[in-house]
Amino acid sequence: MKGNIIKYAQDNIDTDVIIPGQYLKVHDYAELATHAMEGLDPNFHSKVKNGDFILSGKNFGCGSSREHAPIALSHSGIKAVLALSFARIFYRNAVDGAFLLPIEIEHDAYDGISEGDEVDIDISANEIKNLTKNQTYKMKPFSEIIGKIIAAGGLFKYKPDQD
Amino acid sequence: MNIVEKILARASGKSSVAPDDVIFANVDKVMVHDVSGPGVIKVFDKLRKEGILIDKLWDPTKVWVAEDHFVPSAEKVSAENIVKLSNFTKQYGIEKHFKYGMGQYGICHTISHEEAMVMPGEVYVGGDSHTNTTGALGSFACGLGHTDVAYVLLNGKIWFKVPETMYFKLNGKLPDHVMAKDLILKIIGEIGTDGGAYKTMQFGGSGIDEMSVESRLTMCNMTTEAGAKNGIVEPDQKVVDYLSSRGATNFNLIKGDGDAEYSKVFEYDASEMEPIVAKPFSPENVTIVREAPNVELDKSYIGSCTGAKYEDLVAAAKILKGRQVKIRTEILPAAISIYKRAMETGLLKIFLDAGVTVGPPTCGACCGAHMGVLAKDEICISTTNRNFPGRMGHIESQTYLASPLVAAASAVTGKITDPRDLQ
Repeated sequence: MKGNIIKYAQDNIDTDVIIPGQYLKVHDYAELATHAMEGLDPNFHSKVKNGDFILSGKNFGCGSSREHAPIALSHSGIKAVLALSFARIFYRNAVDGAFLLPIEIEHDAYDGISEGDEVDIDISANEIKNLTKNQTYKMKPFSEIIGKIIAAGGLFKYKPDQD
Repeated sequence: MNIVEKILARASGKSSVAPDDVIFANVDKVMVHDVSGPGVIKVFDKLRKEGILIDKLWDPTKVWVAEDHFVPSAEKVSAENIVKLSNFTKQYGIEKHFKYGMGQYGICHTISHEEAMVMPGEVYVGGDSHTNTTGALGSFACGLGHTDVAYVLLNGKIWFKVPETMYFKLNGKLPDHVMAKDLILKIIGEIGTDGGAYKTMQFGGSGIDEMSVESRLTMCNMTTEAGAKNGIVEPDQKVVDYLSSRGATNFNLIKGDGDAEYSKVFEYDASEMEPIVAKPFSPENVTIVREAPNVELDKSYIGSCTGAKYEDLVAAAKILKGRQVKIRTEILPAAISIYKRAMETGLLKIFLDAGVTVGPPTCGACCGAHMGVLAKDEICISTTNRNFPGRMGHIESQTYLASPLVAAASAVTGKITDPRDLQ
């Protein structure tokens, strides 16, 4: 899966900036997308393209359980978030709702990938290729259940009884 | 096994579980509110489009519904969400729906204990991150998103990775000027906003034994701000009495084994504790109140599931009795039952005499929704739980998180004030 990077070189990007609390009453996915990242980067909506990835530091998505956060990013066109670590509810919302892929990276990828770089995420090889800089980084493999839910296309399509 | 492992083993039909095991746990109780409810309805709509039949819930008697974030309806979108929620509970036969304007209602986490909706030993999930609060009753209480809650509503179970448990031990009784809020802020300052990520934070020791159930609720409530999966306290006689006084008597007290394992143990000496604030813009950005910046405050906010329980109002009243506030101060009891008790015991009169505006139960400005949100450059001291940029309003407003004692003392002086330093 290929995409271009929008980089936020900071830790603890919280759900209050991903989608501010005043929009919690909104359940129209397209409208939520217009407010994505509004608390941190008011230009996000104009610059994001379908298929882009976000790159960030540790504890991405900390704060609330609002599924609005992965929904707003996903409906903005974001297909994956690459981060040093994720807050747990954001992570499972992203996976269980099949909104986007949460990819845990190491510092080599965090430091090596720049804004605008084109990268190719290869889940089967647990690798991220930076096509712009011709570098390759390891991604942390998904745990068994996460891998299965992603492969199924979300929690509702995953059949635990067939394991 | 520790208490969480025992609860999760029981809920998943296993004789034992260990950290990192992936289980499907049978859920005992599930909660949605006026934000997650419409979110769940949206998931149901999506599933219907995919041809999945949704004509009934797994067990409507195990579901309860709160109206809290945008109530009383702030404007028409919120009003429509409340209508959607009412139609939803009617359609699926959910009887426990706490509606504003119809007797008892309040913030979902407050209702969970005020109305004894959750019992010790139960697996309780809610469509809100602060669902962790209710672990203070000895339950496994964990927040989930809309998709996961929708899954629980239809299937009665959900997957969990069994968490490892960090044990926080408080030795001795907290001094009178220090509240549970100060202790949990200190802990978050120490371990950070991801220090408890994916883990259980369990509280115990003589200081926790001494604490009221409401103080333990404050501790568990803000495990969310440390990123924890849940917070928990082993249930004791205080929990039994608390629940019995609310009409609940049929429950089992699950406790950890004597040889229970914890990934890490932290110890605190209660006598060394000080009032603490978390400065903008993170709950981990803590300092003791006497070393806090000398800023001119615009507002004091005493509200939310974290800081507007009955004992929080008692603490604020202790400070505000016979004094006047110097800055805008709002007090919003977290449930009607608390509001009523505060009226009966004279707390509301103390607040009104001090110049405070007393509002209805609502999440309100805590999450920047409505009713007292902050303007650009405004600085607020608040008994709430988060102070990320824009949390309570404008992106350039600032929030200091504090205990009700500190928020009330600061309301009197207009500066961040240790309650011991009030004239």
